[in-house]
Amino acid sequence: MSDGKVDSSQLRVDGPNSSDRSTVDPQASMSPAKRAWRRFRRNRPALFSTWFLAILLVLVLAWPLALKVASGSAWAKSHAPEQLSDNQFHPPSAQHWFGTDEHGRDVLSRVLYGAQISLLVGFVGALVSLIIGVLWGAIAGSAGRTLDDIMMRIVDVLYSVPSIIFVIVLLTTVGETLKRMPAIKSSPMMSKDLRLFILFVCLGAVSWLTMARIVRGQVLSLRSRPFVDASRALGASPSRILTRHIIPNVFSVVIVYLTLTVPSIVLYESFLSFLGLGIQPPMASWGTLLSEGVEQINAIRIYWWLIVFPGGVLVSTLLALNFLGDGLRDAWDVKGQS
Amino acid sequence: MYFLRRLAYMIPLLLIISAVTFLLVHLAPGGPFDKEHAPASPQIKHNLEAKYHLDEPIWKQYLRYVGNLAHGDFGPSLKYRDHSVTDIVRQALPVSMLLGWLAFGFAMGVGLPVGFITALRRGRWQDHIGSILTLLAVCIPGLVVAPILVLVFTIKWRLLPVALWESPFHVILPTVALGLYFAGKIARLFREGMLNTMQMEFVTAARAKGLGENSLLLRHAVRLAVLPVVSYSGPMLADLMTGSFVIEMIFQIPGLGGFFINSALNHDYTMTVGLAVLYATLLIVLNLLVDVAYMMLDPRVKYE
Repeated sequence: MSDGKVDSSQLRVDGPNSSDRSTVDPQASMSPAKRAWRRFRRNRPALFSTWFLAILLVLVLAWPLALKVASGSAWAKSHAPEQLSDNQFHPPSAQHWFGTDEHGRDVLSRVLYGAQISLLVGFVGALVSLIIGVLWGAIAGSAGRTLDDIMMRIVDVLYSVPSIIFVIVLLTTVGETLKRMPAIKSSPMMSKDLRLFILFVCLGAVSWLTMARIVRGQVLSLRSRPFVDASRALGASPSRILTRHIIPNVFSVVIVYLTLTVPSIVLYESFLSFLGLGIQPPMASWGTLLSEGVEQINAIRIYWWLIVFPGGVLVSTLLALNFLGDGLRDAWDVKGQS
Repeated sequence: MYFLRRLAYMIPLLLIISAVTFLLVHLAPGGPFDKEHAPASPQIKHNLEAKYHLDEPIWKQYLRYVGNLAHGDFGPSLKYRDHSVTDIVRQALPVSMLLGWLAFGFAMGVGLPVGFITALRRGRWQDHIGSILTLLAVCIPGLVVAPILVLVFTIKWRLLPVALWESPFHVILPTVALGLYFAGKIARLFREGMLNTMQMEFVTAARAKGLGENSLLLRHAVRLAVLPVVSYSGPMLADLMTGSFVIEMIFQIPGLGGFFINSALNHDYTMTVGLAVLYATLLIVLNLLVDVAYMMLDPRVKYE
């Protein structure tokens, strides 16, 4: 992420907020976006995490390209993620930085390809939860008392239900149904994509509850603010108030919480794939890589690199995403549920 | 009164949960008898389906199921055909429960003292070390911790058994692997709770009146500082349940998690729905208990 990019997004997000800042601090002459950016820049862990994620993202995107460009060379051959070789269980070396697995595949390559899936599921799943959560919360917050009560009661009920149960049942049901559809039987590519799609939807569908609560709370408190009253007094329609005042002000909270939802969905995905319910081979994610590593645990040889490297990358990514989310929250001074 | 009403809410809630899972598992194509060892003739399959009433319309099946459930009968397992679901639950639930409570105990037993010490020694080396350790504990999920613990303690040093659930030694690694995350979380919550409480006016007042530091901390501050931990225990118990799926799989522990996943994959209708209802009941009851505990600790809270 370049400096300019962060700055512009904050400008857009934080601009409308400026009117209702009541605190006066020594940097009052600066724009809110600049202040937020200053606070963010002083937050070492958050800044470091941003760099880590950027580098990871570049690596994940550049790795397949590099393999394609160098296709035919010995290096590309020995590092293709699905390339089987006799070079089994090779510990980390200059050639294979992360070692090789039971089929002689390069673990670094598999981790980077797995990152594609894990991160994709994390981001798209979070977007799905964002859409459901924001719509639900915004409607509940701006609708009348009765509808609000009903909608939030539903959220309470869903909170008390173990989501993993539903995800597992949903995944097996939808997965089986799709497996038997003739169009999908004939094309493995499509079944792969569909599998991913189901995962996005299922994970998003169980992760929107907190988002809905936060958005509703924000909408409720915003609705009674003086600048909204003023706008209403000037004759603005409810839809104009919603789009012009409410939504822009809820935005920063939503972005912060979105950043914090991504790691939880990445973790959820690896968890399901570990159990054999999420990503199916030959596709790989961090969860399937870990479960393959666990399968290779035996009393005679220690293949630690099969566990430490995928696990290490997973953990550092989760850590970085959490630090980034916390950093954004502190920078924007968002007070929501953590 | 409030709690009675919450208990009463449980019934419609469980009805909805059972209806939704029932519908979902029955919607999946394929049936529980597809993966028999010998390919069953249509006649045998038909007889089996008739025996388990699978040939009836789905609403009728559901009503029959709920009727049995009301008598505490979860029905027969369609996969492990000599056993009823109740049998299997009776066998596997104690294992999962023991693992869960041990992990809970570990999390509290480690998390609370660490939180207490780091709060008292705020800004000194104990605090820094404790904060780094708890941050690590919170960020490393069980599915990474467990294999690493196995590699280190059983393969490398050969101190503890690899898997299974037999002697007390078998219990150590799964408990730590499952409880570590929660220990870190509790330590952080309790540290924050202590720091907040120590800034409150009643603490200053008590000090001014000459109350000893020990009695102030242990009898007055802790009681308030532990509240965030208590309210976190509700979601924590739910996460302990789900977290144990992975831990049970890695350590090959014969708990409920494996049965649930297999039943979902094998169209074992009665088992899937039964376990879903069981998990939901456990979760709701535990959450209720957490609220009771909260109210007992903080008399200011009144539930309406």
